[in-house]
Order: sequence, then structure tokens, then C-alpha cells
Amino acid sequence: MHSWLRLLLSVGVFVLGLAAMAGSAAAQGTTPTDDEVNAIAKQLYCPVCENIPLDVCPTQACAQWRDTIRLKLSEGWSEQQIKDYFVEQYGARVLATPPAEGLNWLVYVLPPAAFLAGAFLLFRALRSWRQAAAANPAMPVAPAPSDDPYVRRLEEELRREG
Amino acid sequence: MTNPPTENAAAPKSRPRWGVALVWIGVLGLLALVGAGLIRTQQGPAGVGSKPAPFTLTTFEGVDIGSSDLIGQVVVINFWASWCEPCKQEAAELEQAYQQYKDQGVAFLGVNYVDTEPEARAYLAEFGITYPNGPDLGTRISQAFRIRGVPETYILGPDGVLAQVKIGPYTSLDEITRSIEAARTGQP
Repeated sequence: MHSWLRLLLSVGVFVLGLAAMAGSAAAQGTTPTDDEVNAIAKQLYCPVCENIPLDVCPTQACAQWRDTIRLKLSEGWSEQQIKDYFVEQYGARVLATPPAEGLNWLVYVLPPAAFLAGAFLLFRALRSWRQAAAANPAMPVAPAPSDDPYVRRLEEELRREG
Repeated sequence: MTNPPTENAAAPKSRPRWGVALVWIGVLGLLALVGAGLIRTQQGPAGVGSKPAPFTLTTFEGVDIGSSDLIGQVVVINFWASWCEPCKQEAAELEQAYQQYKDQGVAFLGVNYVDTEPEARAYLAEFGITYPNGPDLGTRISQAFRIRGVPETYILGPDGVLAQVKIGPYTSLDEITRSIEAARTGQP
């Protein structure tokens, strides 16, 4: 009984080991789908076709790049490793989102800084307008009695009519 | 037409001068950056008579070749890619020219632009190219020459100054040899 149990356990461990190995081999050998390739490709731009993301670029150069992504994915490379490889090969300009280093940081700092500066200027302008309005009360709404005899006659006529 | 300033409105709060100066410095700096970028993009490819920045080409075999090591020789630098159809028109002729000049103080370098290695190697094998070729890592060499596309060929004279520029493919071996001879003799 005891040896039978030991045999059963050994077979079980062996089968589990085989299954794990097969699973791992299958995972590495799987051909990546177009969606998986494009998920990375859309973050890259080929210098030949400026302003066209790699996932939709129709040129042969871009098709070759997508094949490279597919190959790297099938070899088990991560998204970051693939992006690093492309940067090493073709420079940081292939990235859709440039790294925040060198002059690139201006891209990240300037838009929010301009927005904040605009908001500040608008706030100040509104405040100064409000202060100016408070300091100079509005002109009386009721019109001053007219000295024009024609207007006076017209008003009298209207009053009589009314 | 404006109303004279009244006493109430007289002294508007003075803005901090350093703040205004800072804003102006920022705006002018930004304009200078944009201007420098525009000038660079409008410059076009490196021209005859200019001296390109030194570069190092790492070949597909892993050998580093520095441009400064080739001073004293005429250097033919050809930018190409496997996906570039016009490059194929001149590939065989460039190899013929290399065979003709390799023992006469003329160096050939092939710079593989924005390409993938398996296809680039297949291209070299297809056209039997034997002179040193390597990828333009980080597109640094093509940026030094400000190339606009491929194929483009730049020939440096023995002094390292750009002697000949060919935008587009060479149409014949004769055209290549004429360019090399002109670079050797310092003719325009």
C-alpha cells in the first residue's frame, strides 16, 4: 500500500512537471496576435513615415518593424524590452511619448504651465474688473428730464393717451 | 479719448519686475528654441565643403569604424535600406566600385538606415556586398549628414571635408567612379 502510494505520487509529480514544461513551451512558441503586435506598434513611429503610428503605417519599412515586434514577442520579450530595443536601434524619436529628459521635458512642463499662467491672468483680470465696477458705481438708469421741447411734448402726449 | 486718471484709479499695483522679466526670458528662450529647430530642418543635407561631425559605424560583424580613423583616405558613405527600391539600382555598381578602389586608398562604408537586421543581411547577400556595412544605431550618422531619405551617398575627401554628394541612386558605375575621382583630385 505504502509503495503503491509512493508510485502514484511520483507519477503525479512527473505528469505535473511535463504539463508545466509543455505549458511553458507553448507560451513561448505562441504566435502573437495582430492586436498584441499593434498594442506596441501604436506607441512607435517610424522615422521614414513621420506622424503615422507604426500600427497603421502602410510602408514596407513599417511592416518589417511590426514583424520585428512579433518576433520579439514570440521570443518572450516584454513590451518595455521591445521599446528599449527600438530606441537603441533607431533613437528616442521613434517613441510616441518622448522620455522626459533633455529638452523633451519642455513638452511636459510648458502646456500645464501655460494653462496655469492663463488661469492666473484671467483671475486677476476678473478681480480688477470687479474692483473697478465697485469703485465706479453704475450710471443712473432713469433718464434725466429732457430739456428738448419736442421730447417734452411727446411725453405729455403719451401720458394723455395712456 | 481715454479718461484722465482719477485719484481713485491712480496707482495700480506694480507687477513684480522680476516676474515680468522671467516671463519674457521664458518666451524669448522658447522662440529661440523653435527658431533653431526650424533653421535645422530647413538646412537640408550636409553640403559640399562642410565637415560632418565625427561618427562611428558598428558593422553587422561588430567592428567599430570611426570616421576619424579614415582621415587621409577618400571615404564613400552610402545610406541605404533593404525596403528601398531605388537603393537596389546602385547596389551592385557600388560593390564593383569598391572592388576597383579598395586598394587605392578609397574606403567604402554602408550605413543601413531605419532597417531590420535580417532583411538588411539578406539584401547584402543578394547583391554580394563585401565592404563594411552596419546599422545606423540611434539614427546618429544620418542625423549628422541630415539625410532626407535613401539612397544618399556622401564622399569625403582625404581631409575629411565633404567633396561629393549624391541624392538618389547612382545610375552607372561610371558615375560612381567619376565622383570618386573628383573627390580624390579635389575637383568640384
